[in-house]
Amino acid sequence: MTATLPPTSSPQLEAPLAAPRPALAHDWRRIARMGSIAAFAQVFIALSNMPVALDGRTMVKPVLSLGYLVLLILPFAAGYRQGHQTKLEGVTQHAAGPNEVVGGLACGMIAGGGLSLLAVLLANFDLRDPLVNWSPILLDTLTFGNAPWFAVVIWLAIGAGAGASGGVLRLLGPRSRRATVTMVLAVIGAAVLESLMVDLADGLRLEALTDRLYAKRGGVTWPGALVLAAVSGGLAVVGRGRFRTARARLANLEGAKRSRANAGLILAAAAVLIVLPLFAGKLTNELLANVGLFVLLALGLNVVVGLAGILDLGYVAFFAVGSYSAAVLTAATSPKISPEMPWLVALIVVVVITGLVGLFIGAPVIRMRGDYLAIVTLGFGEIIRLLFQSDWLSGWFGGAQGITLIPGANIFGLTEVSGTDPRRVFYLVLAFCALAIYVSWRLERSRLGRAWMAVREDETVAEAMGINTVNVKLLAFVVGAILGSFSGAIFAAKVGSVFPSSFLILVSIVILVVVIFGGMGNIVGVIAGSAVLIGVLGGPKQPGLLAEFSEFKLLIYGALLVWMMLARPEGLIPSVRRTRELHQVEMAQDAWLRGQVDGEDGGGGDPQPTVQP
Amino acid sequence: MSEAHLEPDAAATNSEDHPATPLLEMRSVNAHYGAVHALIDVDLAIYEGELVCLLGGNASGKSTTLKTLLGMLKPTSGEVVLDGEVVNDQPTSYRVARGVTMVPENRRLFKRLTVRENLDLGAYLRTDSDQIAADMERVFELFPRVKERLNQKAGTLSGGEQQMVAIGRALMSNPRVLLMDEPSMGLAPALVQQNFELIQQIHRAGMTVFMVEQNANMALSIADRGWVLQTGRVVLDDTAQNLLAHPDLQASYLGTAEQQ
Repeated sequence: MTATLPPTSSPQLEAPLAAPRPALAHDWRRIARMGSIAAFAQVFIALSNMPVALDGRTMVKPVLSLGYLVLLILPFAAGYRQGHQTKLEGVTQHAAGPNEVVGGLACGMIAGGGLSLLAVLLANFDLRDPLVNWSPILLDTLTFGNAPWFAVVIWLAIGAGAGASGGVLRLLGPRSRRATVTMVLAVIGAAVLESLMVDLADGLRLEALTDRLYAKRGGVTWPGALVLAAVSGGLAVVGRGRFRTARARLANLEGAKRSRANAGLILAAAAVLIVLPLFAGKLTNELLANVGLFVLLALGLNVVVGLAGILDLGYVAFFAVGSYSAAVLTAATSPKISPEMPWLVALIVVVVITGLVGLFIGAPVIRMRGDYLAIVTLGFGEIIRLLFQSDWLSGWFGGAQGITLIPGANIFGLTEVSGTDPRRVFYLVLAFCALAIYVSWRLERSRLGRAWMAVREDETVAEAMGINTVNVKLLAFVVGAILGSFSGAIFAAKVGSVFPSSFLILVSIVILVVVIFGGMGNIVGVIAGSAVLIGVLGGPKQPGLLAEFSEFKLLIYGALLVWMMLARPEGLIPSVRRTRELHQVEMAQDAWLRGQVDGEDGGGGDPQPTVQP
Repeated sequence: MSEAHLEPDAAATNSEDHPATPLLEMRSVNAHYGAVHALIDVDLAIYEGELVCLLGGNASGKSTTLKTLLGMLKPTSGEVVLDGEVVNDQPTSYRVARGVTMVPENRRLFKRLTVRENLDLGAYLRTDSDQIAADMERVFELFPRVKERLNQKAGTLSGGEQQMVAIGRALMSNPRVLLMDEPSMGLAPALVQQNFELIQQIHRAGMTVFMVEQNANMALSIADRGWVLQTGRVVLDDTAQNLLAHPDLQASYLGTAEQQ
């Protein structure tokens, strides 16, 4: 009765490539469309003032600044993208050839043409009134100090060049493509991480190295870039696939071996994080401490959003309550009461207070579902900030003036942790991050964690299973609140002052973006998300490695988020568990299909979902 | 308050087979959804070891009955009685812990969780880990297919397999009575047949089953007794055989009985 099914692996996908297409055989409308989109985006970037504002940051001395780099990315990406062939069963795949290069060139040229057009418009019209960045400086940047016609020609040429090189990238074999990409990324990465590298090199007494690599006023030097590219390209060729094999081997380990490997990795990471700050200067430690504070916040929000599925848009409320209660309890200058507790004692009270506030806010909110819940949490986030800012409570919290002169965190009388010594702050943050990671990890695998996931998946059925959904959700809210309060208490001791303006709604959004970007419900993802977003781009008020980007941070956050939702909805680091499961699904399905084809498979007499004709 | 007074038909047709107290019972229950009167004086009695069904068309109050039995909806008047105890004010978790479990409509597994996690959640209220492990083995005996899929995400299973996991998940709570919400919904005809066989199999193993269905012929072919619900009222209450032969069955289904 079982029907014969086609084999699962489709030979069409692995079929040899057909001959390259002729150079001019293009879907020109598609190229025009892609080029125009890129051109539009180029104009948008130019008018957002990015090229001008970022011109000061040199990437490769003396040829490339960050400002010009952002204008090169899109034509290149468009040129690369247009050569993409969708892999479909039964549709012929062509080898890459001159077609891709010509297409890339055309696509990039149109993209660059956007800037040519903009330069002409800039020279002839004054639209500065609605468009604040419509300035002679922008024109100057686009024309390289020459006449407008020069900009027309040069941007068409630059676009064509960038687009064509995107097409050329298609021509390379997988190995040389990987090497090329690694080389480019290494140089850009070195330029991006310049301050961090210099800082670390100082600590490790390797100034000689960074002095060669970087120019005096910033930027990678020409010879430095070449050497770096050669070294990284070589490494990419030598280490080809090693990393991937190692990771696959790790994912395939079973039981005890796997947990031993994991423990080893965690120990190694911990060792690096403990030793690294000793050799790092203030700047690096400050950066690490900021990233750590956001890791703490994101881990807390991850429990609420990632595990229990409660979209909390007002998470900053708990950060604020943690900061303010720590400030009131420890600072001598606190307006109303000033018990001047030691930080650790105060922390216990802070946890209790924040937990209670979590309960208080959670109780009405939890009964709502979906969109309504999100809106209400958003409201509560603002209410808490406005309360701290209000005249009504200024007798307690100082209103807009906030509370200042908060002492550092005194740890068992051994050491005093305050903002003047970022290294100690980082160690304190690290300790609390370790605690939060452990708690999240244990919770995820506990009975409570399973109940959270059940509520996230289907609240009604969870209730039918006997889960008290209201209590369980409330508990998620409270756990999230307490993890957030740790971050708040450290923040107060680190900065030494708290103001209502530190707890804007933007903070909630940034934390949520970190969680989504890194991978919801995944601890490693949350850490990676914080490192990338907060470390490189910077937090709401904390500068990142690319301090010049601070003005455009939100624009880039938004663009990253949109791209992420389209290209990688599972986040930066999808959990290993999920990847492995997906593997198993495929394997199990193959086995199942084979069984179907063979006839009866295994189970004797039990009902089987065989499809009957 | 004698039973005969409340349920004249049931008493007349079935009384001799049953012990004195039903396992799960509704005594003239009224329930409202907002202002809508969803259940009107509904009387039901499910006895230990029975396979009974509640039939009715769309919006006749079938799912409301299940929700009321499980405690997810509070009746406005009347009593829900579990094993002789009035449980009107007890939450769902209390009733689940005392042996009432539902297999929801359309399976509704926790799709992004693994099959094992789904089964574990069925045993959420239990703490007897040895017994839980034994029950899981029993589920595997019943459905060997489920064991093969243990670490797979529930959402990736086929419809028939999902139905097995849904029933297995319910069995993991070690229930005394299984409430099944529309077991035939959303399944291919061949799978519906298979699904009813599964239900019979569980019933033969000693489980009390209360099934809510639209597919009257199918349900009555395996059930002992049945009720027909129409716009919140029980309009027919008889043995399965009599109901199958009843001329009004199809008519009451289409909602024309009242106008006749």
